[in-house]
Amino acid sequence: MTRRNLRLADRGRLDRSQPIRFIFNGRTYYGYKGDTLASALIANGVALVGRSFKYHRPRGIMTAGSEEPNGLVQLGQGARTEPNIRATQIELYDGLVAASQNCWPSVGFDLGATNNLLSRFFPAGFYYKTFMWPASFWMKYEYFIRRAAGLGKAPGEPDPDRYDKTYAHCDVLVAGGGPAGIAAALAAARAGARVVLADEQAEFGGQLLHSRSEEIAGRPAVDWVAAAVAELSTMPEVTLLRRTTAFAYQDHNFVELVERVTDHLGPGADGPRQRYWRLRARQVVLAAGAIERPLVFADNDRPGIMLASAGRAYANRYGVAVGDKVLVFTGNDSAYRAALDLAEAGTAIAAIVDLRPDAGGPLVAEARGKGIEVLAAHAVTATRGSARLEGVTVMPLNAAGDGVTGGGRQIACDALLMSGGWNPAIHLFSHNRGKLRFDERVQSFVPGEPVRGCHTAGAMNGAFETADCLAQGFAAGRKAASEAGASGEAGSVPTVTRAEPAESPDRVLWIVPSDKPLGEGGKHFVDHQNDVTAADVALAHREGYRSVEHLKRYTTMGMGTDQGKTSNVNALAIMAALRDRQIPEVGHTTFRPPFAPVTIGAFSGHDKGDLFDPIRKTPMHGWHEKTGAPFEDVGQWKRAWYYPKPGEDMHAAVAREVKAVRAGVGIVDASTLGKIDIKGSDAARLLNMVYTNAWSKLEIGRCRYGLMCGEDGMVFDDGVTTRLGEQHFLMSTTTGNAARVLGWLEEWLQCEWPDWQVHCTSVTEQFATVGLNGPMARKLLAELTDDIPLDDAAFPFMSIREGHVAGIAARVMRISFTGELTFEINVAASYGLALWEALMAAGEKYGITPYGTEAMHVLRAEKGFIIVGQETDGTQTPQDLDMAWIVSKQKPDHLGKRSFLRTDTARPDRKHLVGLLTENPSEVIPEGGQVVAELKNQPPMTMLGHVTSSYYSPNVGRSIAMAVVKNGRNRMGDTVYVPLVDRVIRAKVTEPRFFDLEGARLNG
Amino acid sequence: MLLISCPHCGPRAEIEFAYGHEAHIARPTDQEKLTDAEWADYLFMRKNPKGVHYERWVHARGCRRWFNVARHTVTHEILAVYRMGDPPPALDR
Amino acid sequence: MVESYRRRSPLASFGLPARAAAQSPEAVADADLQLGERPHRCQINLRGNPQDGRFLEAVRNAAGLALPTEPNRVAAAGELKALWLGPDEWLILGPGGRETELVGTLARGLQGQHAGATDVSEARTWILVAGGRARALLARGIPLDLHPREFRPGHCAQTGLAGANIILQQTDDRPSYEIGVTNSFADHLWHWLERGAIDYRVAISV
Ligand SMILES: [Zn+2]
Repeated sequence: MTRRNLRLADRGRLDRSQPIRFIFNGRTYYGYKGDTLASALIANGVALVGRSFKYHRPRGIMTAGSEEPNGLVQLGQGARTEPNIRATQIELYDGLVAASQNCWPSVGFDLGATNNLLSRFFPAGFYYKTFMWPASFWMKYEYFIRRAAGLGKAPGEPDPDRYDKTYAHCDVLVAGGGPAGIAAALAAARAGARVVLADEQAEFGGQLLHSRSEEIAGRPAVDWVAAAVAELSTMPEVTLLRRTTAFAYQDHNFVELVERVTDHLGPGADGPRQRYWRLRARQVVLAAGAIERPLVFADNDRPGIMLASAGRAYANRYGVAVGDKVLVFTGNDSAYRAALDLAEAGTAIAAIVDLRPDAGGPLVAEARGKGIEVLAAHAVTATRGSARLEGVTVMPLNAAGDGVTGGGRQIACDALLMSGGWNPAIHLFSHNRGKLRFDERVQSFVPGEPVRGCHTAGAMNGAFETADCLAQGFAAGRKAASEAGASGEAGSVPTVTRAEPAESPDRVLWIVPSDKPLGEGGKHFVDHQNDVTAADVALAHREGYRSVEHLKRYTTMGMGTDQGKTSNVNALAIMAALRDRQIPEVGHTTFRPPFAPVTIGAFSGHDKGDLFDPIRKTPMHGWHEKTGAPFEDVGQWKRAWYYPKPGEDMHAAVAREVKAVRAGVGIVDASTLGKIDIKGSDAARLLNMVYTNAWSKLEIGRCRYGLMCGEDGMVFDDGVTTRLGEQHFLMSTTTGNAARVLGWLEEWLQCEWPDWQVHCTSVTEQFATVGLNGPMARKLLAELTDDIPLDDAAFPFMSIREGHVAGIAARVMRISFTGELTFEINVAASYGLALWEALMAAGEKYGITPYGTEAMHVLRAEKGFIIVGQETDGTQTPQDLDMAWIVSKQKPDHLGKRSFLRTDTARPDRKHLVGLLTENPSEVIPEGGQVVAELKNQPPMTMLGHVTSSYYSPNVGRSIAMAVVKNGRNRMGDTVYVPLVDRVIRAKVTEPRFFDLEGARLNG
Repeated sequence: MLLISCPHCGPRAEIEFAYGHEAHIARPTDQEKLTDAEWADYLFMRKNPKGVHYERWVHARGCRRWFNVARHTVTHEILAVYRMGDPPPALDR
Repeated sequence: MVESYRRRSPLASFGLPARAAAQSPEAVADADLQLGERPHRCQINLRGNPQDGRFLEAVRNAAGLALPTEPNRVAAAGELKALWLGPDEWLILGPGGRETELVGTLARGLQGQHAGATDVSEARTWILVAGGRARALLARGIPLDLHPREFRPGHCAQTGLAGANIILQQTDDRPSYEIGVTNSFADHLWHWLERGAIDYRVAISV
């Protein structure tokens, strides 16, 4: 490859004082600050940038913006490498490293390119047709498809960069910083609105940045842009967001944007890499501009074939000629501007091939006047060249424009600038269900009825003249500001004082004919990124995939990372022609966010790693941590799981802990249990409704266990509630359900029983709660309290006393989740650690043993106490759990009561909670194991239920398990089986209780 | 993300709220007299209109108060917000 | 009574007083963000019907406060504040130590009414976020508009931040914000704030 230099000496908005070094496909090149990777590659004569997705055809840069379908590169290296980045949006920085994608072993010699030779075997719907049958082969197909599919490579290491994420609010968001957007921002800001102006490019100005002759308000357009931006930047209520893509327009004017904060500085720059904006705007002005439409002609994809506007942008903004000899192919006047600007810069124009028989107007005249050959009513019918365009064949068109009439003329050229017209960028507008309408003049969809609070302006409305953009933008900005409540003086519309020549009408040919039928000879690409051709659209039509949604999915048209920005309108226009319908009748596919791909890192911001989800800690957390306890996640809480001593594994630690509790005294951090303070004259009435048992007669100072059911009769929480006063209760809930239970009470009180006099307040975090369990608990506690009598008579089971423990004001309850003598001590949260340490110190001589959630689970399972969420999954009634005793028959009403009478819940053979004892006492059934009554050699077998809890119990001296089993209560003594992958466990059905069946240990 | 007007706190972001369910479903009295089908209708059967849906939300991360919303299920436009206990406003959309 | 030095705030493990003491005066002066913990306050959850004159009167007598009836506003009197939490719910905020006496006075004054006072002083700590970057930092996680046109000293709100439910109040125009967060979330929220402030010049304020 010989090095070329296509720099234009006196053009562009570049800082030429310092060359910037970069590496592409392992080779070093130089560019300037202000370049994009695309412009720098073009300047260095690199036309071949990548290979296409399906056929691996050589491809080059096609556009100068975010709509780029071809120029996708793998950017960066190592953990920072990122696939599918548009070279047109990468600002050049020193040391940039990029590489071609979708090619192996190299972009110049690519084995996959044989797909191109085999292309008749790769028609639309290829995957669907080939890989459908037989189903068992799918795994093999998938392997090959995955290897062949996708473009770039994802990094294999964690993302080392930082990202920001922020909410924002404004009166007026202006999306798009071209002439319409700038005018809108000026009008809204001057009126006093809080304005955010966002543009995806590094500089505001849009098309004005490559305009050469226009003047606004008496100065060159780019100077007007600079002055306007300067004015906006002095206004405190204006936020200017450069390099920021509004990628989603959601309901109620919620707009998501991503700002590339330091991407242009290269890896490791100070500050976050990107910032994700979640912006709520009172009003939105969309000034998204328009995207030029490619012409669909034979082999319209060779490197060097570009949009005309891109050629102009490269010349005027980036100081690069797209070639040495440029051919322009157009059906409209706008491409002439590119030809004229390039010619003025000294680049040879091979010819302008114009689809229009009557090409006239001032721009055409100017081109002819400059000696440029204009071939009216002609078409490019073939192109040549591999790594770069070498020439084209041009033929005269017939009158209808559906065929060619004469012999071809060969024209040598190394770049081709094409223009099939302009498609307004209606994507964002459409995200939010704005209605589109087809505009005959621009032959494309434009915004119709907007949603409330949305305004559109400029080229996205089909207004392509700068004066119209300014006028529409200014009016939209002023209107938006006023609707947002800002109605200050906005001044007057910026006027175009020197306009570009007016344009004459376009000729639109959706397919440019050649001398061969469609599908033979060259490929007419419609979707360059996904390699969908006009012939594929025709095939879809022949095979009946005629609706645009079917067309899209059958051909994959518009499903690439570019979302078909350059292809959608062409494809549906071609389908409309095939169906002999008007384009609006055929309609368009739904535009969905994101407008352009967004890095996942930006969505997470700094909510990742340990900050991904809150970690809730109890007041004693630090002690557990220091002691070396691993933690178990219970909801968002971290609960100490077990406390291993040196050399102990989990099994040994848990065995030691459960034995110690029953032999001496164990201490457990129970602070995570939910606590709700319930006050008011209807407090007992509320409890009677939400619990299945009766509460009116509970004495003050006494506690009672309750089960809570939904209206469907299914258990959803349990806990102990204590009566603190005639109209005052303290409810406890399970750890995971605390917020849900409070919400449940509030919903009923506010929505169903608004007249009841009850107030519920969460006091979960007011207290630190420590459970002292075991026969020595009383002795230990007695050492630390002198105002709470602890004997059974003075402080019976299921009651509460107030006093001091270790000098700390405490509420002590005698309740038990282990079956042992238990004192649950509640103190002010800030004294939790002090209490814990005092108990540990005083308990040393009793061998006090801290135990975690695992031991707690074993201990309660020995007693057959359920855990809501473990024994239950939302399909168990109290009766299913063998807890019919807790359902009051006397109460006229409680939540769930009627459901117990439903035929289904009253069935005698529902899944019941039972115990399982394995034949081999040392074997522990895995939790979740399926229970069957009849074994077969292999599945399927009739499954009766599953094992909900299963442990080895040192206190019982064998394994124990609980299970929910169909008709289980009528299977007592039966043998059932738990088939596993490698063995079958035989077990006997028992009562779900295993230890201290008489409950003798409760009193120590 | 919707912008929902809490009747107390004013417009707040959707993430502060939790959706409840269809509004104006009264809990039946005399439940024992209901057939299983009637009870199931109260428990499970809900409207799923393409159009205006009357539903209740709670300002879960704000004032924790329940209220009713009339929302268009196609456009997500919120046509009315009204307090618990108020009758649904007549909306001809 | 147990020695009060054994009392620990939810953020005690961060050693904030020591970090604050180690800061140079220049660093403090140069900071664009102050972070700090304001623990152990008197906090009372108050419920009652503001349409009932007897209720407002009883609260005025007991706490010397006129409760704000406008949503999300703070009323202050002396060392006490009342933050609107709901149409029948407020948080009385004051210096630590007053809670027992105040809950008692309120409970007596409200006897016979459908109203109640619950001591929640221990449930929540407060985090100060102040200075030029305070708004930007909070905007990273709070969906509320904190622009001075919308949210000012004397305003409060309940919302979510970093996955925690919080009470937010602005106390001055620096601007200074105080975030009330339940104990168990405080550790996480502090981490979140410090990590979010990585680009700012942070001083610890005690
Ligand atoms: Zn609210």
